[in-house]
Amino acid sequence: MSDITRAEVCVAACADLFLGAGETLASPMGLIPSLGAKLARLTTEPDLLLSDGEAFLLTAESTVEGWLPYRKVFDVVAHGRRHVVMGANQVDRFGNQNISAIGDHAKPTRQLLGFRGAPGNTVNHRTSYWVPRHSPRVLVEAVDVVSGVGYDKAVGPFHDVHRVVTNLAVLSFDTPDHSMRVLSVHPGVSVDEVQKQTSFPLVAQDVVETRLPTDEELELIRTKLDPGGKRDKEVPQ
Amino acid sequence: MRDKRMTADEVVGGIKDGMTVGIGGWGSRRKPMTLVKALLRSPAKDLTVVTYGGADAGLLCAAGKVRKLVYGFVSLDSIPYDPWFKRARETAAIEVLELDEGMFQTGLRAAGHRLPFLPIRAGLGSDVLKHAPELKTVRSPYDDGEELVAMPALKLDVALVHLNRADKHGNAQYLGPDPYFDDLFCLAADRRYVSCEQIVETFDGPPQTLLLNRMMVDGVVEAPGGAGFTSCVPDYGRDEALQREYATAASDLEAWPEFYERFLG
Repeated sequence: MSDITRAEVCVAACADLFLGAGETLASPMGLIPSLGAKLARLTTEPDLLLSDGEAFLLTAESTVEGWLPYRKVFDVVAHGRRHVVMGANQVDRFGNQNISAIGDHAKPTRQLLGFRGAPGNTVNHRTSYWVPRHSPRVLVEAVDVVSGVGYDKAVGPFHDVHRVVTNLAVLSFDTPDHSMRVLSVHPGVSVDEVQKQTSFPLVAQDVVETRLPTDEELELIRTKLDPGGKRDKEVPQ
Repeated sequence: MRDKRMTADEVVGGIKDGMTVGIGGWGSRRKPMTLVKALLRSPAKDLTVVTYGGADAGLLCAAGKVRKLVYGFVSLDSIPYDPWFKRARETAAIEVLELDEGMFQTGLRAAGHRLPFLPIRAGLGSDVLKHAPELKTVRSPYDDGEELVAMPALKLDVALVHLNRADKHGNAQYLGPDPYFDDLFCLAADRRYVSCEQIVETFDGPPQTLLLNRMMVDGVVEAPGGAGFTSCVPDYGRDEALQREYATAASDLEAWPEFYERFLG
């Protein structure tokens, strides 16, 4: 298959977040992470659990296999068998994330959603982030409000910030001081461009190119998961 | 058995200046909007409002009712941000206690169990504690010695919730997919009021859907359409057009008075 779009590369990169997850609740926020989680379940991770975004767990065939209202989601958060992929208005070099407010919390220049579940997610189970517009305003030296907890503030036995997938690259924190590193750049993107769109110096050794989706994955994305092509509106070429 | 039927105005007549009011539902889902509207019309002020917030939070901020807002988020779901809540925050018009969603639930549970606090891991390392210095941590007395957040009880003077069905004695039933936290709001409150789409003599459906029993309820208001433009499935879904109208008017101080007057009816 040809003409693979950037959005499709991002979907496959999000699917790879769940490699090895097994019987874990995947909680993807937003379109691209949701397509990624569904793709993972149809390929490498058939045991993943996925909700309908409301209170039901659905199989790949969209039949109800479980009941998971919000209160039970909190139980899973605390129990730990969950991998959430959250958005981020800001994320910094140690993986702190902000979805609360821009500026001073007492009188923000821009109020956002609030802490939501980010503080609890990040101290309880694996967390990744999806950034559809990789820019210096999002990838900041230090977040204004710590909603999701990064490595320099990590506490407790279960902190596990895994990766950041953006429209340009896949980033991780597996460096000696857990500062952000470029794991791979998407086809057509240079490491320099990723650095230019980031407000802090990235570790960039042994950077590879993000893999292309396989023919099987493309078929699933294009005909089963997102036949209307919403993905290309979220991540333009 | 007692007949607890009353009007929305009678419910809010008991809400005095400075009280702490918990509002059930979640975001823009099953919010007790008929009761909130009655509160908007009432003279009560300086309220502490405790909510998984949607337009209830925005409207009460718009009306100047809120001294302090306790929340994990405020969102209209299909519209990410509530304009009135944003304005209240960005002008520092209200005090806030902004919590992790799980801490919020834990605070309600502590209040319902008459405990001063319950431990939770959520909040550690984040700025929740930095911006709420009244929150303390506690160390496990066991061998692990782990430090945890001691989430204080979120005690409520009044709880307002909206369910699908109720009887006149205060037993109440949700028919949608999610109970949200309405039972916990009631257990955390001194006075508990449920509005419902319909008052029934007997309940249809599995008994497990009977979320509230009459021990947990002091007043029942029959309010068809009582969740306003928020969703109340299976009776009705969210009125996206009216919610958009609210959000558009709320973003424009000149358009707001006309909308607000019409909205209150």
